[in-house]
Parts: sequence; C-alpha cells; structure tokens
Amino acid sequence: MQDLGIRVLIEGNNLYRLMGGLLVTVKIALISVIISIIFGIPFGIVMTSKNKLLRLVCRAYLEAVRIIPVMVWLFIFYFGVPKLTGIHLAGDVVSVIVFSIWGTAEKGDLVRGAVTSLPKHQKESGKAIGLTNVQIYRYIIIPQSVRRLLPATINLVTRMIKTTSLVVLIGVVEVLKVGQQVIESFVLQSPSASFWVYGFIFFLYFIICYPISLFVRKLELRWKE
Amino acid sequence: MKKFNKFVPLAIALVLIIGALTACASQSSNTKSSIDRIKEYGKVRIGVFSDKPPFGYVDSNGEVQGYDVYLARRIAKDLLGDESKVEFVFVEAANRVEYLQSDKVDIILANFTVTDDRKKLVDFAHPYMKVSLGVVSPKDNVITDVSQLKGKKLIVNKGTTADIFFTKNYPDIELLKYDQNTEAFQALLDGRGHALAHDNTMLFAWVREHEGYTVGITSLGGQDTIAPAVKKGNTELLNWLNEELEKLGEENFMHKNFEETLRPFYGDSINPDDIVIEPGT
Repeated sequence: MQDLGIRVLIEGNNLYRLMGGLLVTVKIALISVIISIIFGIPFGIVMTSKNKLLRLVCRAYLEAVRIIPVMVWLFIFYFGVPKLTGIHLAGDVVSVIVFSIWGTAEKGDLVRGAVTSLPKHQKESGKAIGLTNVQIYRYIIIPQSVRRLLPATINLVTRMIKTTSLVVLIGVVEVLKVGQQVIESFVLQSPSASFWVYGFIFFLYFIICYPISLFVRKLELRWKE
Repeated sequence: MKKFNKFVPLAIALVLIIGALTACASQSSNTKSSIDRIKEYGKVRIGVFSDKPPFGYVDSNGEVQGYDVYLARRIAKDLLGDESKVEFVFVEAANRVEYLQSDKVDIILANFTVTDDRKKLVDFAHPYMKVSLGVVSPKDNVITDVSQLKGKKLIVNKGTTADIFFTKNYPDIELLKYDQNTEAFQALLDGRGHALAHDNTMLFAWVREHEGYTVGITSLGGQDTIAPAVKKGNTELLNWLNEELEKLGEENFMHKNFEETLRPFYGDSINPDDIVIEPGT
C-alpha cells in the first residue's frame, strides 16, 4: 500500500507538465523584469525631478501600485477591464502587464533612492567641467547608481519570480498549480505526494534564482576592482 | 505612516470607481443571442476545477477528468454536436463568479454549491448533485443516529458546515475542533473522539482507504445542492441548460456519470442516491 511518493513525479506526463509550468513562470517573470528595468530607470530619474506636479504624479502611481495588492491588479485587468470595455486579454498577457507595472514602480523607487544618495558634489563637479545634463547622467550618475542598486534589484527580481504564483487566479497554469493538480490527483494513492512535489518545485525555484545571485556576486566582485 | 494613510482613501476610491463602472457596463447586455455566440465561436467555454478529484481534476497524462467534466462533455455534444467542442477553463473556488460576470466562460461546472448569496450574483440551473454531512465512526462502535452521540466527543473541522450544524442544533454534543483535515482524521484514528463529521463525499473516499471505519450516518442536516451556473440574466442559455438537464435526468445520465467517474473513487460501499440528483426529478 505505502508506495514511494517520488513516483508521482515521473508518472505519466507529470514531469513534462511540471517543466511546462516552470516555463510559464519563467517566461512571465523574465519579460516583466526586462520591461521593468527598461522603464524603471527613466521613471526613477523623473522621480528626482524638481517639478512638483511631476513628482506628485509619480508618487501617486508608486503608492497606488504598492498599496493595492498585485492580486487585485490582476483581477482588475483580467475581469474588470473586459466588463468595462469588452476587450478580453489573455491571462499571460495580463500577468506581464501587471507585473511590469509593479516592477517599474518598484524599480523606479530603487533608482530614485540610488540617485539621491549620490553626493551632491558629483553632479556639481560635472557641471563645473562643462558637461550637459544628459552627459552628467550618462557618465556620472547612472553608472554609479546602477552599482549601488544592484543588490536591491536582484531582491526585486527574485520576489517577482516567486510572486508569479498568483497568476493562477486569472487562469494561468504555472508551475505551482501544476504541482497542486499532481498532488490532488494522487491524494488517496500516495499521501506523501505533496512532500515530493513541493520539494521538487522548491528545487526548481532554487535553480532559477540561485544563478541570478551567483551572477550578481561575480559582477560585484569585478566592479570592486 | 502618515503618508500611507493619505493614500488609503485614494486606493479605496479607485477600487470603488472601477467597481461602479463595471456594474454599469454589465447592465448593457449584448443584443446577439448567447447560444448563437457560442455556436459562432465553435466551442462552449466551461469553467471546471483542475485539482478537485473526483469532480474536476487533471490526470497524469494531462487530461481533464471527473464528474463535472463528464457532464460538461455531454453538454458540448448536445449543444454543438461534438464532445470535443468544449474549451475547459480552469477556475478556482475564489474566482468562479468573476469568470461568469466578465464573460470569460459560458457555464461554470465547478462543484458550485447553491447558496442564497450566490443566487444574487449568478443564475443556477437544475442541481445535479447534493452534498450533506456524514458521520464516520469505527465499525466496532458504530454511530448510526445522532442521538447516540450524546455525551461523546465528536471531531469536526473549525468553521465548516459540520461545525456550524452541530453547534447550532446539538449544543449538548461535545465538539473537538481542528483546523486541518489531516489533523482531524488523525485524531479519529488516535481515538481522541468517538466519531467525525464532515462532508459525506469526503468521508466516503476516506473510509475506502481505512478499514475498520464506516460512514454510519450518510446524510444529515440541511442538504446543499450543486448546480451549473450561468451569467446573471443569460436566460436563453439558462433555459436551454435546464431543458438539457431535464432530458439527461430522464435518461438517468447522472447515475451513468456516477458509475463512470465516482464509483472507481468511492467503491461499492456507497449508495449513488446519497450524492447524485437526476436533474428535474
């Protein structure tokens, strides 16, 4: 009667399905992260602007994204928008949109923090030697702030990867949901299935997130030199 | 903290505005008949569970199976002439209503229990299944009537229908409450209580794996029914569905469904009539 729970991983198409789920997770996370970084850097710089109205708009966007949970955003875009406009977007498209909105806001705030943390004289020295504003950002501010916010960015990226498990609520079947399907269909035959399946998913998340940490550590070491 | 407080009303207002707008938008219904739209699309979109065996689940080969799914395939066959003309949409318990309201599925067949609150949000067709409470006890000290429970300890899950039912109707029965299913069943195995009350379908599956225990009381208390649901106001599809279900009821389709999908799960110890309803009868 008592059989090895690990068997459920290789039963039928299960392994293939789990990897398929992982691909969905990685795809959503990767696209969102790239979009977030592309838009987050200019957004963060705009946030340091002296224009009060501009700062207020940015602040409102950032706080709205922070205060309203990601899950609610997913619901608004997936269920609310079609009700309003009749436009239906696929679940994975909605996921990428919502995660990009969230990532851009968070990344922007990180950039803002890094830019304002640079000593004032950096900018002033740039001006003194006759650089234009664009040149100051291109050669002085951005290269220095990127290094400063690297650890925080990686934190954000891994957080985004893990938060993708919410997308199941809008019908996107990612790795965690496939895991639950596998566990539940074996719930009577092998009660220890959950241990193995969740263990395996833990391992999958680890092999995605760990190389990112390794890569960053290398980068930091190289920049130190 | 100050800044946070300033934005909370803003966020709430935003959600409320969106909610209000969606409520207005849903008033203006489409002029095209709902069944024609399904036919035009070529597939009927049915929301099912993907992880609730034996009602709706995905098997090891990635195929959708179960009692709800079996009915869904038949509906597709009678509506569009082919069993495969169904698009299964995987739903969660928490978002079933939303799927209907936003027109992302045509029918929900995801073990949807009929309640008064839900009736305000969706339209239910004829029920095709029922759930009620059961009481499981050891075979050598079997409990077949609630009166036998007086002065004994009964195990329930906190906050479930079983908990509410016994607290309300039999305050003199001592209840042992647990949070998790696994804890509750383990407590029964350890002999910490004389019997355990839960949804009868759950108990039927459990006793199959545990020799020496039997469901002495198979149906108790207010019976809940499970029915297909469509979007509120979609009378055309609702009427079609009700006629279809009545027709299936006449040919005893749900009993056939039981034999195909539930019997392998529950075994021979149970009477199909404890679970199955032939719609319209």
